[in-house]
Amino acid sequence: MKIAVLSGKGGTGKTLVSVNLAAAAEAAVYIDCDVEEPNGHLFLKPQDIKNEGVAVKLPHADPKLCTGCRTCVDFCKFNALAYIKDRLIVFSEVCHSCGGCLLFCPQKAISEKEREIGLIQSGISGNVRVVSGMMNIGEASGVPVIKKLLRDSRKENKDVFIDCPPGSACMVMESIKDADYCLLVAEPTIFGVHNLEMVYELVRLFQKPFGVVLNKCLEEENPAEDFCLQNQITILGKIPFDLKLGTMNSNGQIASRKHPKYKDLFLNLLETVRKEARHETASDT
Amino acid sequence: MKIAIPVDNNSMDSSVCISFGRAPYFLLYDTETEGSSFLDNSAATSQGGAGIKAAQNIVDSGAEAIITPRCGENAAEVLKATEIKLYKNINNSIWDNIEALKEGKLNLLDDIHPGFHRHGGN
Ligand code: SF4
Ligand code: SF4
Repeated sequence: MKIAVLSGKGGTGKTLVSVNLAAAAEAAVYIDCDVEEPNGHLFLKPQDIKNEGVAVKLPHADPKLCTGCRTCVDFCKFNALAYIKDRLIVFSEVCHSCGGCLLFCPQKAISEKEREIGLIQSGISGNVRVVSGMMNIGEASGVPVIKKLLRDSRKENKDVFIDCPPGSACMVMESIKDADYCLLVAEPTIFGVHNLEMVYELVRLFQKPFGVVLNKCLEEENPAEDFCLQNQITILGKIPFDLKLGTMNSNGQIASRKHPKYKDLFLNLLETVRKEARHETASDT
Repeated sequence: MKIAIPVDNNSMDSSVCISFGRAPYFLLYDTETEGSSFLDNSAATSQGGAGIKAAQNIVDSGAEAIITPRCGENAAEVLKATEIKLYKNINNSIWDNIEALKEGKLNLLDDIHPGFHRHGGN
């Protein structure tokens, strides 16, 4: 089963939930799709690290063959090309590597060059295979890195936990496309409700089965909980706000590996998610 | 000299458009013949890379100078490959800016903003 963990902004507990669920499961794969700032590996501390580059294809025109007809410039719907002073200019950050210009050039003047935009790092942490995507600084989009991360994980038959980028933009959409179930992490504040609403809209748009985990819960009013009740959103579990958990987390430790109490907490959460996901898929058919 | 100015409407009493890539029209004005024409900016409605396409359109029009409130990084990159000079407008009036340019009172535009292609994606 593929579970995507989402939140409207960073620091909500998305990584805490995903690494602890992965660690509590018997055998799991953890995929860090937060390619701008992956930090799951700081907790899981994987061994036997392997690196693999992620490249995209960029068009390159041979000035000896190019006649300046501009078929390619007119074709590119992303406007990644300009023909100025007898030369084709390619805007690498705007180009979506669709390959269209290459196909349509009547002179066959365009060839493709590879350009590395990021890295995939994988390793092992006990029962968890840890895979992290890292995009190079200055790149406009990490989507190609996420695509490769998830493409490679399709063959996995273990439970897969996808730690999504924060927010609800295209990198998040890419991360949840393949997921069987979405787990939304929310903080118990008014601001937390606002962030929750963002991802709530997104999973509904994608028609994904989903539920909410309430993080940092205290014995007081919880606006995020109220929001779930009002909108009939399944609450999968509550993670208490406690000092011990906070300390372990800020020391880069995985609570469910350190303490049976937290192992139980995350195992229970995992069981609830599994039950919910099965239920949702059953009611779909 | 032929100059190009992003404008809101295709008439000489239009105001200068605050956007470059997304301006609906470009005024093309020839300071020698005092002739003017308006170029439909086909880039205005494009999803991304509007500045690149707008700059391409202006280069193709044969303009030698541009007067604009701002210009994105990508458009500036296109224009850099040409001899076109970029000037900063003084106000919203087309005529004021043309006069100022003739008298050499316009400053070169140095405020190139980094564009908004972060929401791109593949
Ligand atoms: S590969 Fe596609 S997006 Fe890139 S320049 Fe060619 S047509 Fe445009
Ligand atoms: S389509 Fe081919 S020949 Fe025409 S401008 Fe583009 S690269 Fe040159």
